[in-house]
Amino acid sequence: MGIKKTELTGAEIVCESLLKEGADVVFGLPGGAVLPLYGALSSYPDIRHILVRHEQAAAMAADGYARATGKVGVCVATSGPGATNLVTGIAAAQMDSVAMVAITGQVPRPAIGSDAFQETDVTGVTLPITKHNMLVMDVKDVAQAIHDAFHIARTGRPGPVLVDIPRDVLLGEKTEFVWPTATKLPGYRIPGEAPETHVAAAAELINQAERPLIMSGHGVLISHAYGLMTELAEKAQIPVITTLLGISAIPSDHDLNLGMSGMHGMAYNNLAIDEADLIIGLGMRFDDRVTGRISAFAPNAKFIHVDIDASEVDKNVKSTVGLVGDLKAVLGQLLPKVEGNVHIDWLRRIEQLKVQHPSHLVRESEELLPQYVLQRLTEVTQGRGIVVTGVGMHQMWAAQHCRFTEPNTFITSGGLGTMGFEVPAALGAQVGRPDSVVWSVAGDGGFQMTMCDIATAVECHADVKFAILNNNSLGLVHQLQELFFEKDYVASEYSANPDFVKIAEAYGIRGIRVTRKDQVVDAVQQAMETAGPVIVDFMVKEDEGLFPFIPSGQSVKEMLEEPAPNEIS
Amino acid sequence: MVQTNHTDQHTLIALVEDKPGVLTRVASMFRRRGFNIVSLAVGNSEQPGLSRMTFVVSGDDYTVSQVAKQLDKLIDVIEVADITGESIVTRELALMKVKTTPMTRGEIIQIVNLFRANIIDVGAESMVIEITGEEDKINALHSLLAPFGIMEMLRTGLVAMVRGQTNGLANGHTGHLNRNGLS
Repeated sequence: MGIKKTELTGAEIVCESLLKEGADVVFGLPGGAVLPLYGALSSYPDIRHILVRHEQAAAMAADGYARATGKVGVCVATSGPGATNLVTGIAAAQMDSVAMVAITGQVPRPAIGSDAFQETDVTGVTLPITKHNMLVMDVKDVAQAIHDAFHIARTGRPGPVLVDIPRDVLLGEKTEFVWPTATKLPGYRIPGEAPETHVAAAAELINQAERPLIMSGHGVLISHAYGLMTELAEKAQIPVITTLLGISAIPSDHDLNLGMSGMHGMAYNNLAIDEADLIIGLGMRFDDRVTGRISAFAPNAKFIHVDIDASEVDKNVKSTVGLVGDLKAVLGQLLPKVEGNVHIDWLRRIEQLKVQHPSHLVRESEELLPQYVLQRLTEVTQGRGIVVTGVGMHQMWAAQHCRFTEPNTFITSGGLGTMGFEVPAALGAQVGRPDSVVWSVAGDGGFQMTMCDIATAVECHADVKFAILNNNSLGLVHQLQELFFEKDYVASEYSANPDFVKIAEAYGIRGIRVTRKDQVVDAVQQAMETAGPVIVDFMVKEDEGLFPFIPSGQSVKEMLEEPAPNEIS
Repeated sequence: MVQTNHTDQHTLIALVEDKPGVLTRVASMFRRRGFNIVSLAVGNSEQPGLSRMTFVVSGDDYTVSQVAKQLDKLIDVIEVADITGESIVTRELALMKVKTTPMTRGEIIQIVNLFRANIIDVGAESMVIEITGEEDKINALHSLLAPFGIMEMLRTGLVAMVRGQTNGLANGHTGHLNRNGLS
């Protein structure tokens, strides 16, 4: 049988499939096993490939791209070390429910299992950190695999899906490209609406509540339910607390938006949770950073928990009413049943808590405080653009002090808490939303984990501004050592950080150093006025503590507030 | 969190895709979430391309409901049901190699017959006994044969099926995983 003209290689089928899925950007780095795919990519100019410097940046950039656009982020790596370098980025996407498809090359089929050069059992390695993964052993299965991978990644509770394809499947026998009309996933269901009786029970609880709180999570953004969530809040005058990942779901200046709660959340929010009689958890998972010691969390409250992932409902908090379904659909069911309300006493009480525990304020200081930097930054940007962070003090300060006006504009590594995420994720977000100015807010620790990919940002002209809140240390570790390890600052101070302005210059971009308060606004403005990437090195007060702080496993009763309320008012 | 006393054992059945790696996915989920499997049996089902798994899991109701939800979340798992409270039949098969002497052989044969078990191999100094039944029956035979000396034992783990006009899962079965809950 002769080869028909319409028959394609596995690599070409991957490219055709990517186009069918609307994937016009992939982040990756080639190597032997995946090289056939790169060979095909050159014939598909509609797929933009962004060459990273380290594969972890490919996964994290795909993550940032996905969160900023709501599309599926795609990354590509070769077998063995290429694929294992994706692992941290994949795990982060899994923890934060981010739609991602990772395509990895594998050694040729006959070599699998022989410990061949650059062979790793990547489906084995990523099994517990992916929503699903697959090893495609036949060129005829490639299209279906890519099709199903995108479907799984973007639907339900999103997550990363890895597709591992041996080199000889990418470049061997050709087959006709047939785009599947349906998935082959008999075990995969996507919840939609919740049962009406349960919705009615939830509405009843809301209508009876005197001190209700909405806790709004990442699911509100993923499900595009921010409009309905805000409508619910306004209709019944229910204050909204956001989780770290849910921060940009409601504008920062909305009257009912109280900001973040939890370990480093606003003190008044944690106190309000303590007094609430109803917690309405929307697309969030009552993670330990939110609840602290679970037995002491919201002791006076009943719980309504809405999530698309059935396994989250009743996992950490026993719900009074659990609603499994798509948040947008469920809120659509719920809203007509919820009666208008004013909750005057409750809102007044929260105002009182805010005045007594004003943890959103920054104290007066001559020194360059990191909180001050972020407040000025967010003033200059007017809460527009996108802020991307890694994990640590800089992340929590950004969550506390940056202001947001649009959904999906605060991108941060929440569940996994990944240092270095902020550099490549900011790059990915900017590539996905080229009209947005993206601020990568980093600490000096995280920045050095991934700063090699500044080169990628330069190369693809990504308009990313890299702010470093530089305290010459692993700040959060340092604080934990101060409080709980008798000030034994082992391995948390950097004595030889590089000169980040010179790093900028080495990459051919502008670097600005800020050491005083009066330089902050000017530096931010200059960075914004400069086209392309800029590094701004803010030399902040080195031992500035992060507060409020509910130590791990503790409750609001053990919350450390600083400055103490009486020092402020 | 997990309690392991006998009364807290639950029987779960699952219909899964017969694909490479399914058992690994299931076992990996149990391990990483800290669930305890008492026994696990896998085999072909009545439908081509699908396998049935029977799990005996120890834990309280909360833990077992988490196990069921986490199993259901696996893409290759089609349906899960906790059939503990249902009208079910359960069976397990065990092979026991028992030490024998001319003095004890007769007594062992008597016990085996009482249990309607089978002797499937007889050697000079040992016998292999096959028994099928519910867990308790196998435990009882085991304790009666133990004094003679059990050289080897192998149990398959429990397999379970719901009685009556149901395939035990979605088709008309009432006990399948409830994805929504009021409490």
